[in-house]
Amino acid sequence: MSWITEFPQLSRSELLTVRKTLDEAYREFSRSHGEAIENFFDPLLAFLVWIENLLISTPWWLVIAIILAITHFAARSLKLTIGVGISLFLIGFFGMWEDTMSTLSIITVCTILSIVLGVPIGIAMAKSNRIQAIVTPILDVMQTMPAFVYLIPVVMLLGIGKIPGVIAVVIYAIPPVIRLTNLGIRLVDKEVLEAADAYGVTSWQRLWNVQLPLAMPNIMAGVNQTIMMALAMVVIASMIGVKGLGQPVLQSITNQYFTQGLLNGSAIVVLAIIFDRVSQAYAKRSQRHMGGRHD
Amino acid sequence: MTDSLIKIEGLYKLFGRTPAKHMGLVKQGLSKDEILKKTGHTLGLKDINLDIKRSEIYVIMGLSGSGKSTLIRHFNRLIDPTEGKVVVEGQDIMTLNDAELREFRRKKMSMVFQRFGLLPHKTVVENVAFGLKVRGIGKEERQQKATQWLADVGLKGYEDQYPSQLSGGQQQRVGLARALCTDAEILLMDEAFSALDPLIRSEMQDQLIELQEKLHKTIIFITHDLDEALRIGDRIAILRDGELIQVGAPADILLHPADDYVEKFVRDVNRARALSVDTVMKPAKFRISAETVGEALKEMRTSKHEYAYNVTGDGYQGALALDQLEELDKSEYGELLTDEHYYDSDVNVEPDAVIEEVIPETLDQEYPIPVVDEEGKLQGELSRDTIAEVLSPQPEAGEGEETEKTG
Repeated sequence: MSWITEFPQLSRSELLTVRKTLDEAYREFSRSHGEAIENFFDPLLAFLVWIENLLISTPWWLVIAIILAITHFAARSLKLTIGVGISLFLIGFFGMWEDTMSTLSIITVCTILSIVLGVPIGIAMAKSNRIQAIVTPILDVMQTMPAFVYLIPVVMLLGIGKIPGVIAVVIYAIPPVIRLTNLGIRLVDKEVLEAADAYGVTSWQRLWNVQLPLAMPNIMAGVNQTIMMALAMVVIASMIGVKGLGQPVLQSITNQYFTQGLLNGSAIVVLAIIFDRVSQAYAKRSQRHMGGRHD
Repeated sequence: MTDSLIKIEGLYKLFGRTPAKHMGLVKQGLSKDEILKKTGHTLGLKDINLDIKRSEIYVIMGLSGSGKSTLIRHFNRLIDPTEGKVVVEGQDIMTLNDAELREFRRKKMSMVFQRFGLLPHKTVVENVAFGLKVRGIGKEERQQKATQWLADVGLKGYEDQYPSQLSGGQQQRVGLARALCTDAEILLMDEAFSALDPLIRSEMQDQLIELQEKLHKTIIFITHDLDEALRIGDRIAILRDGELIQVGAPADILLHPADDYVEKFVRDVNRARALSVDTVMKPAKFRISAETVGEALKEMRTSKHEYAYNVTGDGYQGALALDQLEELDKSEYGELLTDEHYYDSDVNVEPDAVIEEVIPETLDQEYPIPVVDEEGKLQGELSRDTIAEVLSPQPEAGEGEETEKTG
């Protein structure tokens, strides 16, 4: 009757066996398949390195000019463009240009990857209640599981470096874009869908001409969230060898360099604000006709 | 005008998880409430049979919950029936596979929606061209056609606006233009004007009637508004709780409501505005053929009519009243009959006039007024009594000879 006073638990040795077996099995798996998986991600790595090199080797003033041009065309706001220009200049002025470019490159790649993977998953979820029932709990786990925990298997499998970093960031950042794509498509006005059906659309035409454009405000909100979360993940990703603004932050935590931490942290904030404002302004501008029904 | 284009035969719709299993109960004649209680299924439509003719405006009328929007969605299979056939030009569309159904929707039927159903991210002209785009027609051709249709519904110059920039009435014109742009023969209109305010609504009704005179489409029009139904419908089907109560021409419905339910509807209708003279006039029985006053008097005295219509070899001449003729001096009996002898010489009632228009003339006259068509032929007569009877608030409920009774 010991279970009344004490919690019935596995004995120490049993737990050890469980842990050992699982760890062994996974280690075995990564030993035998690690290389194949690594090869699988090679193109991604090449792309990542290419973007990073491109950003770093391009003269700083040209990079700023290009970012300003993108800002201008997306947002059409002089105030925003000037603000972005000044912020970028200050980042470089305080000696963080190269790290910022590394971070920018990894964020860009992660965002692209999240959209490319997330939007189709979101579409599939919106199409089928069963897929939604399967994917939703997975997303819940991805969002609540401490990031360090899933860093472990990724590192065991792929070692330390850029690719595991990207994977960790994508796992952390992809849920919003999936959720909001799903939500956006499910919220599309039923009568508009019915109208499209009444005119004989194929399911592809319905998706492309009606569902995606009408879900776009929500999808854009998801992308925006994804970018923000990817930026937040930069520091944690630097623990497994991702270069960029995260590394100096990590360094200042361990060495108590307050100013260095503050500067690099601010640079992350600046990047986040730039991404956020530019993508919001673009979304608002491209959807100005969608709002408010006229009665 | 007479050949049948769409036939709906024995259509049932039961909403729920396993509708086919419970069709037996429906066939046993259980009521909607009983079926819901027993099976958890909602009976949407019950044994609907319709026969819609080419080029007519067929109005399906019912209150909310009557199943009218469900019914119209069966025409293009936005909803599939639990049982029954929808036959268009001899083909049962229930047998179409997905690709054939798409083709059918693209070419045969188009639809106008209550809440317009426009694409908010596309310009007006792109919305109108949507049906053609879906069909894979080139950009130039479809833009050109869409621009043309926009002009036809009175929205020239609005091509590059977005739907949110237009008023409700204008948006629905876009919806109408989109439906017309595919050249589909059949137009489904699901409460198309119900979301508009009354003034705009009657404007749109006029426009629809006007367009229909040019286009001769077959239009299936859903409404909850009997006045609207009477105004635009060639025939009206009345739906209640998923069952068809009565099908008939507007005048049939007004004058011979099939049951209390229809009668209740009909009671609030302004009949004077909804009915035309020819639907209520009586035959002009008292006819004479006279040249002079004397001849007329003689004929009327022998037939003992107080009034009569003079129809000679040259056609209809006018209406005569016995007491008016008798007031004349005998010396005038030899005179030819002229306008001053006829009591209807300054009245002119045509068969297609609306009753409201002719009320003053009819009430002024002691005797019935002749109804004369455009060619000057005597069609019938309209008396004060007839009008009083027709306009009296509670007509007798009965079955007219021309009224098909269903359900």
